[in-house]
Amino acid sequence: MGIIATSRLKSPWIMHFDNSSCNGCDIEVLASLTPLYDIERFGIVNMGNPKHTDVLVVTGPVNRRTARVLKNLYDQIADPKMVIAVGTCSISGGVFHNCYNVLGGVDKVVPVDVYVPGCAARPEAIIDGVVMALQKLAKLQGVAL
Amino acid sequence: MAPRTITPFGPQHPVLPEPIQLKLTLEDEKVVDVLPAIGYGHRGIEKACELNEYPKNIYLCERICGICSAIHGMTYCDVVEKLWPLEIPPRAKYLRTIWAEMSRTHSHLLWLGLAVDALGFESMFMQYWRIREKVLDILEMTAGHRVTQSVAVVGGVRRDIDDDQKKHCIEVLKDVRKEAEALNNVLVNDYTVKARTVGKGVLSYDQAIALGCCGPHLRASGVKEDCRQLGYWAYGDLSFEPITAPGGDTYSRVAVRCGELLQAIDLQLEAFAKMPEGDIAAKPKGSPPANEAATRIEQPRGELFYYAKGNGTRNLERLRVRTPTYANIPSLLVMLPGCEMADVAIIVLSIDPCISCTER
Repeated sequence: MGIIATSRLKSPWIMHFDNSSCNGCDIEVLASLTPLYDIERFGIVNMGNPKHTDVLVVTGPVNRRTARVLKNLYDQIADPKMVIAVGTCSISGGVFHNCYNVLGGVDKVVPVDVYVPGCAARPEAIIDGVVMALQKLAKLQGVAL
Repeated sequence: MAPRTITPFGPQHPVLPEPIQLKLTLEDEKVVDVLPAIGYGHRGIEKACELNEYPKNIYLCERICGICSAIHGMTYCDVVEKLWPLEIPPRAKYLRTIWAEMSRTHSHLLWLGLAVDALGFESMFMQYWRIREKVLDILEMTAGHRVTQSVAVVGGVRRDIDDDQKKHCIEVLKDVRKEAEALNNVLVNDYTVKARTVGKGVLSYDQAIALGCCGPHLRASGVKEDCRQLGYWAYGDLSFEPITAPGGDTYSRVAVRCGELLQAIDLQLEAFAKMPEGDIAAKPKGSPPANEAATRIEQPRGELFYYAKGNGTRNLERLRVRTPTYANIPSLLVMLPGCEMADVAIIVLSIDPCISCTER
């Protein structure tokens, strides 16, 4: 178990899901993967498959149609898993809080471990959020980061 | 007849950053039918705009789309100004043009990166996004934020670009142009890219018009139509000619966007050279009168249409937005049947879908 727990921390795979965000945070999540910010240096790889994923990165407010999709994706990820809510609207609904189709933040549907504020969240903040999630995961597994 | 299977493509898919679902009917590896299922990105912004006072709607409209948020904000201001009508100062017109073209530059670099990533050309994806960061840097310097620029106010713009910033912008843009040109040459002449895109997802001239497509997608089918020809803001003073390609296939769409990327930088350089001195915003008096107005602005993806109806109070009675991707999605029903499953990703991306715009 030791080696698996350690390698999960040294190379966490993330999956990005866009609820119904404005794209601002989505492109910042992608920008943090590209040369200027380059989170691949921490061994972080963007994955499309929930079954290969350790960290779920969610952007945008949950609406009536994506709530089921988000729950479904979360359920498919194997434990231990971390959820990061990126952007103000994924925390509370943000500017969309009074829109009729918006349920609110991501935590209405799935448990969230780390909240990254910002509209749009800056890549530095997103990287910081991923590192915080890893620290939490290390504590959970009882291994050093 | 081979047995048919229905495969869902989305709402969560590695090549699509946004939620849209396509139900593909496959016969072996061949697509025979496609049914788009939309509504995942719907928030109800148009209705929410009726609840706010009209200056606050600028911030909400900027969040219709994060990629071209500056253009959404400026288009909203443009339509509200037409309710009076209110004339904006010449310098504000040039500044709006510059920020609109800066948004187009970063949007096309973003799209070119995503498109080559969908082909599996990952190093090129990184290269395009590397030079995109330089454009984001000058956007942040001039507007204050990388993504949500928030430069528009009703009557003009919120910020000015001073001479030092202008000099730096011109330097960076020239540098970006040189690098983008080198990358574009590799992209359009690459054997593998050609093999994956030439003759894929063909949309003829007549089909493009019949389906009401717009933007670079329409121009790649040989139709010379661009809202910037209307000469709004400073475009009337600039030497602007729409870029077209005759093929109507995915390759033509890549080529048109490569051309528009360089053209957008040229337009910015020309606008910087011609920009007059003066005020940056006119002061509107009171609330807009009971009136209705519509405006058409060219977004990176095509024609953006705003309609507003005022009733003399501090709130708008109705705001209607029609976005380019909404016009381009029906063309998928023509382009996808008959293609291979492996080509679906790049053909869907070739319309440059922006789902958050479309569904609001």
